[in-house]
Amino acid sequence: MLWIPASIALALVVLPVVGLLVRTDFARLPELLTSTASLNALRLSLVTAVLSTVACVLLGVPLAVVLARTSGPVVRLLRAVVLLPLVLPPVVGGLALLFLLGRNGFLGYLLDVTAGVRIPFTTTAVVIAQTFVAMPFLVVSLEGALRNSGDRYEQVAATLGARPWLVFRRVTLPLLLPALGSGAVLSFARALGEFGATITFAGSLEGVTRTLPLEVYNQAEADIDSAVALALLLVVVAILVIAVARPRALEGAVGERTGKRRTGGARA
Amino acid sequence: MTLHADIEVERGEFTLSVGFEVPRGTVLAVLGPNGSGKSTVLNSLAGLLLPDRGVITFGDRTLTAAPKVHVPAHDRAVGLLAQEALLFPHLSVVDNVAFAPRAAGKSAANARAVARRWLSEVDAEELEARKPSQLSGGQAQRVAVARALAGEPDLLLLDEPFAALDVDAAPAVRGLLRRVLRAEDNSRATVLVTHDPLDALALADHVIVLSEGRIVEQGPTREVLSAPRTPFTARIAGLNLVEGIAKPEGLLTRSGGSISGVAAPDAVTGEPAVAVFAPGAVSVYPADSAASGSPRNTVAAVVGALEPYGAVVRLRATGGQDWADGLSADLTPAAVAELALEPGTPVRLSVKAASVTIHPVLGQ
Repeated sequence: MLWIPASIALALVVLPVVGLLVRTDFARLPELLTSTASLNALRLSLVTAVLSTVACVLLGVPLAVVLARTSGPVVRLLRAVVLLPLVLPPVVGGLALLFLLGRNGFLGYLLDVTAGVRIPFTTTAVVIAQTFVAMPFLVVSLEGALRNSGDRYEQVAATLGARPWLVFRRVTLPLLLPALGSGAVLSFARALGEFGATITFAGSLEGVTRTLPLEVYNQAEADIDSAVALALLLVVVAILVIAVARPRALEGAVGERTGKRRTGGARA
Repeated sequence: MTLHADIEVERGEFTLSVGFEVPRGTVLAVLGPNGSGKSTVLNSLAGLLLPDRGVITFGDRTLTAAPKVHVPAHDRAVGLLAQEALLFPHLSVVDNVAFAPRAAGKSAANARAVARRWLSEVDAEELEARKPSQLSGGQAQRVAVARALAGEPDLLLLDEPFAALDVDAAPAVRGLLRRVLRAEDNSRATVLVTHDPLDALALADHVIVLSEGRIVEQGPTREVLSAPRTPFTARIAGLNLVEGIAKPEGLLTRSGGSISGVAAPDAVTGEPAVAVFAPGAVSVYPADSAASGSPRNTVAAVVGALEPYGAVVRLRATGGQDWADGLSADLTPAAVAELALEPGTPVRLSVKAASVTIHPVLGQ
């Protein structure tokens, strides 16, 4: 009897997309997608999502390695903290960023006074907001992969005379690549779809902070056909992302909870 | 050059405290059940674990003087062969074997040349282009042997290297290792960790037996395995060993007699070997009874000693005919009473050919 709730669940996922397709005015689609506002939003979205994905990789890989290779109560606590943006409502995240980096936030005030830098309502703010919400996806899938593979390969490499940096470069990193790829694609998707934190922390200025999701929201009140066309574009991107990244990313995320460290059978 | 090790490690209730020496060119087997501290010993030697107290030196070089001196694993010139091959999955076979020469600073071409030499040494040169995922367990372990040796380690560490292999692959890898360890130019000190006395028999010159973190017995392999002095060793390694030369379906003993048995897959006719059988497989009959069982494996003997080993009584034979001297047989106390056995009683010992394995051993 499971198939009844199962089909309802499936319908809940699929039907809205169908609804969107039905509502789409395909004749006007090219024109709607190539309007100045749409192109600006698309360009801004791609640029900021790429930048925040790069930031996620540069900051998230070391974080994942540290979390996976050290133990102790502090690290266990940190592991939970890293997941915070994943469960926090994005609007709350945006507010938090605003009160840290805004003109009245302590770090924002410091930056303003010392360097004359104001972050809120700039493209930089968009990238920070997107990095904030997207980073956990990368860290979780990498950490899962690292814990699953254990450190036996690294130990063997060390006994073969490889210094720590060589071990990282020739063993740890290559073994991590598949998980890194899927983690990066997931982060990119999350950054591309970011709405709540962005609108709270960066506002909605065309060409500066108005990314695609914000443009969809904006157009929904002015020109519903345009909003639907842009929404369809986001759906297409999302499906592409799923096709590229899903299987391994899921393995990584699940492995983090259920995977056992492989230590090589019975140890004496 | 000799490896000296004194290692002490505390892990809660468990304390490991061992000391031993391994001269270059020889193999020491560390024998013990799971949880006896064998892998802790090996990891301390490899530099993957810093013991709480202790000193490890090789020649005049100090590798560990806990807690201050701890030469890291990559500076120790060790080779580690574990239960699993652990070949780097993203590198081809030849690049796996070339890893150590590369890490030592050789050029890519030179390192590959070294790797190919070692691959041919382990009869795996045709596998060089494959990825580890395309190898069988036995092939992968061969390549792992080549990889461990390609770094030209002074100290070779073998951690249950056959335990994860299936019964067909294990003898071939064991034979390969015996060939490598027996080579004239073997100048390494080798430590083999195992729970299987037959591995020690096939590869090691000396053996130490670990129980709960302590050495309970040590000495030349065949001595320790055939005449264990502690009940513990007798239980895990108390075997009857008869030395001789392997022949088809059996063994020619030193004194010219013969034993029928099942040849291990790596036994070679004409090479030094031992017939191995458990004390429980030996039947004891009164000296004047009619022959029974496999008549080929029956010898006259004299009861030397009778000692209780747990629920059974272990009989140790002295003198007698051919290969009977020193054999052990396990009997129930009831059987001892029924046969009226006491030191000096003449008996006949018999063992079924199917219970006897003919194993190759290191040449003398």
